[in-house]
Amino acid sequence: MAVLSTREKLAILSDAAKYDASCASSGAGGRDSLKSGGIGSTEGMGICHSYAPDGRCISLLKILLTNFCIYDCSYCINRSSSNVRRARFTVDEVVRLTMDFYKRNYIEGLFLSSGVIRSPDETMTEMVEVVRRLRLDEKFGGYIHLKTIPEASAELVEKAGLYADRLSINVELPTDEGVKRLAPEKRPETIRVSMAKLRSKIEEKAEPTLRTKTRERFAPGGQSTQMIVGADATPDAGILKTSARLYGSYQLRRVYYSAFSPIPDASSALPLRKPPLMREHRLYQADWLMRFYGFDQSEILDGQPDGMLDLEIDPKLAWALRNRASFPLDVNRADKEMLLRIPGFGTRAVERIIETRRFKRLRLEDVGRLCQSIAKVRPFIVADGWSPGATTDAARLRETIAPKPRQLELL
Amino acid sequence: MVSQPTLSLAAYAVQLAGPTDFDGWRDAARKLATNEVRPEDIEWHVGGAATELPAPTPGVEFRVSRDFIDRAAIVACHSDSERFALLYRLLWRQRSAPHLLRIASDPDVRRFEAMEKSVRRDEHKMHAFVRFRKIGDGVDERFVAWFEPDHFILELAAPFFVRRFTGMHWAILTPHGSAEWDRERLALGPAASKEDAPDSDQSEEMWRTYFASIFNPARLKVKAMQSEMPKKYWRNLPEVSLIPGLVAGADQAAREMIARMPTMPAPHHEAIQARHWPAAEEQAATEAQSIDALRQQASQCRRCPLWSEATQTVFGEGPDDAELVFVGEQPGDQEDLQGRPFVGPAGKIFDAVLGEAGIDRAAVYVTNAVKHFKFEPRGKRRIHSKPNAGEVQACRWWLAQELTLLKPKLVVALGVTAAQSLLEAPVAITRQRGQTIMRDDGLAVFLTIHPSYILRIRDPQEAATECARFAEDIRTVRETMAA
Repeated sequence: MAVLSTREKLAILSDAAKYDASCASSGAGGRDSLKSGGIGSTEGMGICHSYAPDGRCISLLKILLTNFCIYDCSYCINRSSSNVRRARFTVDEVVRLTMDFYKRNYIEGLFLSSGVIRSPDETMTEMVEVVRRLRLDEKFGGYIHLKTIPEASAELVEKAGLYADRLSINVELPTDEGVKRLAPEKRPETIRVSMAKLRSKIEEKAEPTLRTKTRERFAPGGQSTQMIVGADATPDAGILKTSARLYGSYQLRRVYYSAFSPIPDASSALPLRKPPLMREHRLYQADWLMRFYGFDQSEILDGQPDGMLDLEIDPKLAWALRNRASFPLDVNRADKEMLLRIPGFGTRAVERIIETRRFKRLRLEDVGRLCQSIAKVRPFIVADGWSPGATTDAARLRETIAPKPRQLELL
Repeated sequence: MVSQPTLSLAAYAVQLAGPTDFDGWRDAARKLATNEVRPEDIEWHVGGAATELPAPTPGVEFRVSRDFIDRAAIVACHSDSERFALLYRLLWRQRSAPHLLRIASDPDVRRFEAMEKSVRRDEHKMHAFVRFRKIGDGVDERFVAWFEPDHFILELAAPFFVRRFTGMHWAILTPHGSAEWDRERLALGPAASKEDAPDSDQSEEMWRTYFASIFNPARLKVKAMQSEMPKKYWRNLPEVSLIPGLVAGADQAAREMIARMPTMPAPHHEAIQARHWPAAEEQAATEAQSIDALRQQASQCRRCPLWSEATQTVFGEGPDDAELVFVGEQPGDQEDLQGRPFVGPAGKIFDAVLGEAGIDRAAVYVTNAVKHFKFEPRGKRRIHSKPNAGEVQACRWWLAQELTLLKPKLVVALGVTAAQSLLEAPVAITRQRGQTIMRDDGLAVFLTIHPSYILRIRDPQEAATECARFAEDIRTVRETMAA
């Protein structure tokens, strides 16, 4: 094989990494280089340094160490049967690229993943070596997200957590049956146990040690996971159920949903069509409802016989339209949990309403100044001088507030 | 922005030292407000000669919240020439309405918030979109960036770059001023022009390669990109010149991905499969001859649907020849994570009481009636739910196998689920606890409570009493074993 330049490898190994949705660089807490005199900081909120024309933020240098892989997962561009060009970075190349990009303020840090070569432990050893060198040799204080290989040994995971801000293990697909069918060599049981171990480790290290009373550093950004949407037939209800289970069981910071995207040299086992981007978007909205709006997973799709989220309207509006008996709500009196259920109110709007109404009774125009769009909110609220009358129950309500059908951008 | 002293109808014209002279504003505002000067009687200007302001009225104190001062300092960086007048008006109004800032629907407050947000956003975008270019090598290595912010945010944004690029010698040049960090000190300097910054960097080709490769043409969403990366920032970003080409080619690239027929597997695929994934030999389901073999079989159990939510099967634990067996209800959160029975809070009580009674946990066998954790997810927690009769029934098969292999002298049923599983009959634990019941097959089953019952008691005194009763039961167990 011809020797590839670092730039050629970068092209291959970032192309190979782009199907992973996660790019978050948040949650690591505060860290800077003032004491170490090194390079890098994290400040809670991550920063998106650029945006690709697919609308996704570019925050981290997201690459694979190698795209050689012994697994043959049919949804993956790097599966062993794929004819994609293969490349392999040296540890040194990844360290240099990360530092070169970071020093020019292109990125927040590194998201390193890898195909599995030879054995999980060998691959993981090399990944850990990259982060060790960044932290110790380069005094790098930027964000590091390491995709953990589920089968890797406990010692390697422990080391990874010492240097990385976030660790993640992909559940790959919403159901174990799906994994068995599309990723026959992967073991869902092992993936679950690995996530469980990671949670236990994170909790263990969050306790101050007896001797020094300080906390040992271990993945301060927690763990996350990703599942591919649309590669198997699991309906949204099943996906959300899996998410609720994952959040509850393993204290995940995030579950990422990745609309299955056609890949070059695709496997015949998969649907060849454009990625279900709107479905992915609705799943994220539903995920937000579970995490920040007090919705239970079972409520979100309650009464939706096919178990699929409505693509035309957001899941909160869909829920409100199915539960009109709960509305209208008086914005001057309703409690926080109920305000959060009003379509068109975000968490920030609800906070502002609660704060403002302590000093002043809210009229409709006041509410209009506190939220994005009063038109969407109006049928569901009562304010001083405003009552929606029969609109809340009008049969045509959906038509009047749903966004006009719009041709989605062609693939 | 710079104004000449003009004929003014206002009683006072304040001249601030610079566009972000917040201290100057604060000083003038204090003097004016304590002298009851109304907002409409003041004009605020940047630069020029100062006019005489009244001395602060002695003895008159004027207080506003720290929150207002902090946020006003941010708003002072806005490019809107009305900003200082707005800040004074808000200050003035807070005298009679101390909670004004919390009334988010007030037009002045909204404008204040909008300006604050705009400055913060500009600062954030500066953190994001500054692009350093390297000049020199070794000790002469410098990183220089040219950036054009909307507002006067250089001073506000600079500390971020100090914290992040502490070990670098860098400078950021803007049309309003410049900032330079030499690894020790931050120095603010005069305005600069684009020509003062280097026009290229060797790493930009790499960065552009990355930008082009990380883009997925099947997900084209140009509007989403533009709303986060507005065009006004584009002229100083080395990667954006690629965007038109990527967008134009996206449709074609995506269509090609879909249209291309699946190909034959790569040549090395077969070798990899043979080396790493040899076809597993079919193992006939044989009857397990040891607890370990049984545990292995149970790890794949699909006798009821509980496996699909749980992490793993939590099988019994203890020596193959244990004479004493404890059976609980089902694993909990910690047991599910660790794959071992009785390691959570209830396990801690269990261990303590066992220790007190002089029973070595390592010498006994501990298991559960149901071997998967049944729960309801509630946000970041899992709430235990009681296994139903069908689930207990399905799992009894494993418990029976365990007991057949172990042939214990005594089995202790911890709680009603264990008792019902072992006796296959309704049991009233509160009435029957402390009793030993002989099964038809000769197995002796001792009944007591589940230690989690103690955890659920709120009153500490009552919990202590219950714990003592539980310990009493376990002592009886030890005595029975010794007899």
